[in-house]
Amino acid sequence: MTSVAARSGLARRVAAARRRRSRRRLVATGLLAFAVAVAFALTLMVGDTFYPPGEVIRVLAGEIVPGASFTVGELRLPRAALGLLAGLCFGMAGVTFQGILRNPLAAPDVIGISAGASAAAVTGIVLLSLDEAAVSLLALGGALGTAATIFLLSHRGGFAGTRLILIGIGVAAMLNSVVVFVLSRAAAWDLQAATRWLTGSLNAATWSAVVPTALACAVLIPLLISQSRALAALRLGDDSAAALGVRATPTRVLALLAGTALLAFATAGAGPISFVAFMAGPIAMRLVGPAPTHLVSSGLVGALLVLAADLVAQFAFATRYPVGVVTGALGAPFLVFLLIRLNRSGGSA
Amino acid sequence: MTVGRSLSAHDLSLAYGDRMVVQDLDVQVPPGRITAIIGGNGCGKSTLLRALVRLMRPRAGHVVLDGRALHERPTKEVARIVGLLPQSPIAPEGIAVADLVGRGRHPHQGAFARWSAHDDEAVAEALDATGIAHLSDRSVDELSGGQRQRVWIAMALAQQTDILLLDEPTTFLDVAHQIDVLDLLTDLNRQRGTTIVMVLHDMNLAARYADHVFALRDGAIVAAGAPAEVITPPVIRDVFELDCVVIEDPLSGAPVILPRGRHHVPPVPAAGGSADAAQGRPAEEPA
Repeated sequence: MTSVAARSGLARRVAAARRRRSRRRLVATGLLAFAVAVAFALTLMVGDTFYPPGEVIRVLAGEIVPGASFTVGELRLPRAALGLLAGLCFGMAGVTFQGILRNPLAAPDVIGISAGASAAAVTGIVLLSLDEAAVSLLALGGALGTAATIFLLSHRGGFAGTRLILIGIGVAAMLNSVVVFVLSRAAAWDLQAATRWLTGSLNAATWSAVVPTALACAVLIPLLISQSRALAALRLGDDSAAALGVRATPTRVLALLAGTALLAFATAGAGPISFVAFMAGPIAMRLVGPAPTHLVSSGLVGALLVLAADLVAQFAFATRYPVGVVTGALGAPFLVFLLIRLNRSGGSA
Repeated sequence: MTVGRSLSAHDLSLAYGDRMVVQDLDVQVPPGRITAIIGGNGCGKSTLLRALVRLMRPRAGHVVLDGRALHERPTKEVARIVGLLPQSPIAPEGIAVADLVGRGRHPHQGAFARWSAHDDEAVAEALDATGIAHLSDRSVDELSGGQRQRVWIAMALAQQTDILLLDEPTTFLDVAHQIDVLDLLTDLNRQRGTTIVMVLHDMNLAARYADHVFALRDGAIVAAGAPAEVITPPVIRDVFELDCVVIEDPLSGAPVILPRGRHHVPPVPAAGGSADAAQGRPAEEPA
């Protein structure tokens, strides 16, 4: 072994390299946050009438600006807020599931948990005529029930990822047909509502849809962040994590419950915006690089995906599409890409 | 720093579901020494190791660390005293060597704790002791099997525990790297007094490197003691159902077993012909 002086030199080098890596992650996450802020601002400014940043800021500051106060304050702001929050929720829920189940395909929108929330919410709205808060709670129940069903069906002395994913895909197909069935029972066929519950949409964004999602974020995101160090240890395998003093099962159950709840509230507000939960984590990992946790960066990628896709869906085509149409069009090739990559690496990427 | 660390199991029974793996077992891990656990496949040696670091809850009996039952102590407190290198740990994709080694600091940090200078010193010391300081910025994915095993050992060292348990630390390594890892563990034991308990498949390496050997069969201890007392033909026959000859290793004086297979019957003086011919070859073996 080397001298004390040499070793303290090594400690300084190790510390400097560690700070360099963590600074690089911080910069990447900061850039993501900036991109989200730009997309958020664009959502407020762009529309049938363009409002420059100055006017938008005056509206946000509470001034009455003729025209802008209504369009920006009442229409675009709830839309941007819902897009931001739903994106954060989807991204964080997605990466939590993918991390714990150690498979990028194990995203909650692939394995049917979004469909469970969606089926419950659409039932609450169309058949039971519930208000927003009750719909959110029903969606939470639907998501938790679906998650419990999938885990119980695939549990056989431990969770095998592939079995869980395949069962989840089957459950998702069943629940999606429930959504279609309920929609077809609706008294008046409302295309807007239908697309919201099939692919996700921000078109119906109102403050009453934003509030439950915002409350869920305020409670559940800090909870997930508090678990992120333990979750990072779990990525070394259960035995290693336990040897480091992490209680594997409580950590996992808590994080999966929090992720499911985030997803349920966001789905109740904006519908199951296709593939955002699935895409956010892997994209964040590529942008930020190796990190103990990709929770925040995945949330930001989710928000960026939803806000940017919503801008494209609204203004890039002659017709205004719901946001889920664009994320779905992005997500499907991404799924194929991941499947090919997983296949090449022998099933464990 | 290692005086008085005692780890023992009393009337320990361990089971997976309905399957009893270890029953009414008593062991006392010799403090400050190197202990090897040997035994056939499925004899419960890994299970015993896992129970000693509370990865398994005993069906009956208990594991006692420094006079207190392991399951009554907070997990993080135990993790500051006993470390474990499991059989197949997983390296997160793309993680840098120093970052993976730094994960060993987990039990020393609070939920939102900042990284301290002491943490960096512990990582540097672990990198230095395992001879991988020059690899600290590399990605673990790029390393060879032998280097990777050193990284995992470094992670366990950064945990700074007085007792270190290792589940087959030499599997998947070539013979040079096996010796390398066991020399490293011996250094650790001699220089810091770390108590080491390891499951080893290779009995000759166990005999050479361990001060104390537990031989397990069907979840019970068949023999325990110095290698020369445990690694004997009767014990080996009992544990592995294998006939062998034990000779003395000319380098270390430790016992060395020479297993006697069906094709290696003792040469009969003046028999002339080949023993193979007398025994007949198995059908699947190409002639």
